[in-house]
Amino acid sequence: MAKSVLQEFTKGLWNEVPPYRLVLGLCPTLAMTKSVDNGFGMGIAVTFVLVCSNILISMLRKAIPKNVRIACFIVVVATFVIIVELVMQAYAYTLFQQMGIFIPLIVVNCILLGRAEAFASKNGVVASIADGLGMGLGFTISLTVLAIIREILGNGTFLNKAVFGPSFEPFTFMITAPGAFVCLGLMLCIMNLLGKK
Amino acid sequence: MREMLKLFLVVTLFGALSGGLLAGVRAGTKERIEYQQIKFVKGPAIQEIMKGCSNDPLSTRFKVKDGKEERSFFVGVFDGKPNTVAFETSGKGYGGDIGVVVAVNIENDQIAGVGVTTHRETPGVGSRAKTDVKFAAQFKGQPIGEPFKVKADGGKIDALSGATVSSRGVCGAVVSSGEIYRRLKSSIVEKTKSTKS
Repeated sequence: MAKSVLQEFTKGLWNEVPPYRLVLGLCPTLAMTKSVDNGFGMGIAVTFVLVCSNILISMLRKAIPKNVRIACFIVVVATFVIIVELVMQAYAYTLFQQMGIFIPLIVVNCILLGRAEAFASKNGVVASIADGLGMGLGFTISLTVLAIIREILGNGTFLNKAVFGPSFEPFTFMITAPGAFVCLGLMLCIMNLLGKK
Repeated sequence: MREMLKLFLVVTLFGALSGGLLAGVRAGTKERIEYQQIKFVKGPAIQEIMKGCSNDPLSTRFKVKDGKEERSFFVGVFDGKPNTVAFETSGKGYGGDIGVVVAVNIENDQIAGVGVTTHRETPGVGSRAKTDVKFAAQFKGQPIGEPFKVKADGGKIDALSGATVSSRGVCGAVVSSGEIYRRLKSSIVEKTKSTKS
């Protein structure tokens, strides 16, 4: 039953990659992928919170009574999210301005509570770190890939640098909200085709 | 009963620890966040109205207690003397408060410049309060503490056409800056003089 630490880590990167396989955490996936730096920043923020909350929850899993576990998990997650928000405000203000409301909204991201409930509360610290890192990186890569597609097609830029000549007419639809849904749908389709057994 | 007590204790402990941690992080990042907000939100406006000064007004700043709150003042060095201070006030606009920075020459009590920082006015109409150079220039060289009014209200300020309410808001902010200046003048002058030029 027990998987190795490496397996716990790699499952988040492919077999259970959060937005495409578990279909969790779609709100930031849709909203924060207008540009590559936003998507990547969001991914890193989530990874940090995920690893920290996984560590703490797996350490405290015996001390947390079953009846109030959700409340305790939320307190842990919310604490780390506010730390991220403050640090980002202090050291990456432009990113903070762009991400705005979506930083505090990490609290309600299903991935965090999902990993806390499904994994960290039942496994040891090392496995939980591996799980958090894997899931977080999987999430980051997913967001970045989606953001690359949307930014290049929708804005003609990559990391705010133009990739096509001046004659390129940006496909603006891709950076609007409906474009995000279409793009995500196509990604899910590709992932399902690739994962077919 | 004992079980209830335990749940209660655990959740309280979690909340208290999280609160303590966050207070610590907040205290550690407070200065830096303030600087970032000044740099990215008020900074451009302050630099615009302090054009030609030989220092960095954003880092040359001090605070004065005004009743319950503290106000920040930014010092500009002109002709080798720290003789201009800028500070922020606000007035009621069409879509909410309009933040206005006013720079005052403390030697002759004249307004050295007025600039809008934050606003929620109608884009293209009231938002010209921020972008229309001519509108803001009307305040320049006027004595601070004048009861500025738009012409429609019997004053001498030319309102932005179609944006009387926004113009009124800026006038109101400048008038309130006059009150603040009168109230705090002695400490402003004293602290400005002691700034290294």
